[in-house]
Amino acid sequence: MFESLSGKLSGIFGTLRSKGRITESDIDSTVQELRTALLDADVALSVVDAFLERVKDKSLAALPNLKQSTNQSQEIYNIINQELVAILGGAARRIRFAKNPPTVIMLAGLQGSGKTTLAGKLAAFLKADGNTPLLVAADLQRPNAVTQLTVLADSLKIPVFAPEPGNGVGDPVKVAKDALKFANEKLYNLVIIDTAGRLGLDEELMQQAKDIKAAVNPDETLFVVDSMIGQDAVRTANAFQDGVGFDGVVLTKLDGDAKGGAALSIAEVTGKPILFVSNGEKLSDFDYFYPDRMASRILGMGDIQTLAEQAKKAMDGASAKRLEEKFIAGEEFTLEDFLEQLQAMKKMGSMTKLLGMLPGANNAAMKKQIDSLDDKELVRTQAIVQSMTPEERRNPKVLNGSRRARIAKGSGRSVTEVNSLVDRFAAAAKMMKQMRSGGGMPAGLAAGLPKGMGMPAGLPSGISGKATTPKKKSRSGNPAKRAAEEGRS
Amino acid sequence: MGLFGSFLSKFSRNRASIEDIEEFRKLLIESDLGVGATEEIIDLVKKEKSENLENAVAQRIKSFLSDKPREISLHHGEVTTVLIVGVNGTGKTTSAAKLANFYKTQGKKVLLVAADTFRAAAVDQLVTWGSRIGVDVVKGSDNSDPAAVCFDGASKAKNENYDLLIIDTAGRLHTKSNLMDELSKVRRVIEKVTPVNEILFVLDGTTGQNGIAQAKVFSESVPLTGMIVTKVDGSTKGGIALATERELGVPLKFVGVGENIGDFKEFEPDDYISELFT
Repeated sequence: MFESLSGKLSGIFGTLRSKGRITESDIDSTVQELRTALLDADVALSVVDAFLERVKDKSLAALPNLKQSTNQSQEIYNIINQELVAILGGAARRIRFAKNPPTVIMLAGLQGSGKTTLAGKLAAFLKADGNTPLLVAADLQRPNAVTQLTVLADSLKIPVFAPEPGNGVGDPVKVAKDALKFANEKLYNLVIIDTAGRLGLDEELMQQAKDIKAAVNPDETLFVVDSMIGQDAVRTANAFQDGVGFDGVVLTKLDGDAKGGAALSIAEVTGKPILFVSNGEKLSDFDYFYPDRMASRILGMGDIQTLAEQAKKAMDGASAKRLEEKFIAGEEFTLEDFLEQLQAMKKMGSMTKLLGMLPGANNAAMKKQIDSLDDKELVRTQAIVQSMTPEERRNPKVLNGSRRARIAKGSGRSVTEVNSLVDRFAAAAKMMKQMRSGGGMPAGLAAGLPKGMGMPAGLPSGISGKATTPKKKSRSGNPAKRAAEEGRS
Repeated sequence: MGLFGSFLSKFSRNRASIEDIEEFRKLLIESDLGVGATEEIIDLVKKEKSENLENAVAQRIKSFLSDKPREISLHHGEVTTVLIVGVNGTGKTTSAAKLANFYKTQGKKVLLVAADTFRAAAVDQLVTWGSRIGVDVVKGSDNSDPAAVCFDGASKAKNENYDLLIIDTAGRLHTKSNLMDELSKVRRVIEKVTPVNEILFVLDGTTGQNGIAQAKVFSESVPLTGMIVTKVDGSTKGGIALATERELGVPLKFVGVGENIGDFKEFEPDDYISELFT
């Protein structure tokens, strides 16, 4: 999402960084560039202006103290980052569960924002935490919305309450009320109500949502919004806030390349936190929203925390622990460990998505490489490692020419590919050693990168965000690129 | 919008003050016109002599628009094929139904194809529309190959002498290259039976600047011949359609203006521009 925005911002900070001493006019021009970047990202004009005014004031106020600072652009960056986090909602909030179950969650939003799909995702997400959700089909307007929810619920094995056929037939308020009764009887602890989408100004539907809300008194009313929405975001959010009232926001379709300015606008204008994000077509593509992570992602810092969490989820506890112990004890990282990580990575999802979370993933060169990435690379790499003997995996140093030729034959890849994997592995193992003090990044990722991708370059220099990113001088696996990098730094 | 008029008449009486210009810029930005188009118009307002201002701005907006034809030409005696494409949730299925109804009421024999086999119940949604407006619908089962359904639909349209074949495809985010490839495949398969005459990109009127990126990537997979902008009503200005047309030269052909099947009209640039100034 925010990618194009963060791409632009990286550029702006690049310019800023190139100046040793920052003057008032540098701040002015930075603010001007930020303005265009944010507007292009569909952040509402009023929000842009308010945001930039605060950034400017704080930057100017900080300017006298900057003189002593060794890294002035860093200070400005921090100010912008803090402001972003503040707008995006400070600390991440969770669903508030009712004291007496069931907890009722009502979804409201514009047409096509993705409410029905989201209802399913949310139910599945909360079910994984041990809840017993009931989905309620109260969108009786859109043709076959009821069918859609029923099909979704079936595929997720989550019960659905859909007494009315929909398509304009039935009273959604009654459905919602009955659903509550039903949930009480059957002891579901969570009720998720899908409502009809509406155009911002549709009085009738807005009233209906209001009536449903009044009838079931939800613990959370969530406003579902398409992350691709434009300047209309503010008007829409206000209309829903006035018409129905909501407690939190869910952003959908974040897997597109929308710059996601809507997130900023809505959070700023309504003061309501963004609780969840939905970022893919699979029903499991759904997560909590983390303001600090999103801010660092917007600013081109990557999303290491999410990455680390996904890695944790994908790797089974025991092997992760063993790896960690090994790591801390300073033992050699072997190709066997690497293979285990490769398999875990395959569980984590597509490489393109994963790499997008890395710091610097948004600079143009890196992005191009990520885009051209082939997820099958993982399979090929795995084939190569699996064609090695246990001895070779534990001690790659024994890999002489004839062994390499055998491995190439066994895996159906070329000797060059085997060589390059072994080289990259050696580099990664070395990096693991260097990182030991910093910790954090799953080393398999670094080694698993296809040719020429070593570690991502372009990490804003000197920036040490909250993420446990080690300050590393990255060295690309590609000699040409490495030379370019070294020339630059 | 209708708001340009009041601004411009203000400018023509006096020299525009900085506040007025800022206010005008705000209006343009908030219409999702984008920074580029906005600054172009603002520069013009700053430069142009006041008596000629309204005309000059109208001309400039007109220059954003493509001069490609906006109507769908139906060929007598052979089927005209329209492919409806776009990202998720923009209103493709509804637009397909509205478009079918638009031509059905003109006495054309229309066939709908429900090729969105991905989203749960999307097929049923189109079938429901079809029976409401009295248009035949060809469908596959959920999760079947969309290209196969299209092939069946195209064959039926050709063999049974339909005038118009409208194919609703699954919503796909333009960032998913595998899905974009699937779309090119759908087109290739249809063309084995009958040429695809129109590929209409459905753009949600509430979309921001991302709309341009969407249309651009889609046009790299299949040649877009036009756009339908949806969910345009009192509050939504749909300026993104204008911005997209300015950027890519794909003409806006239809506008979806409400929730009823008849809330659908052809886009008339002259009416649109004159509406801006009244």
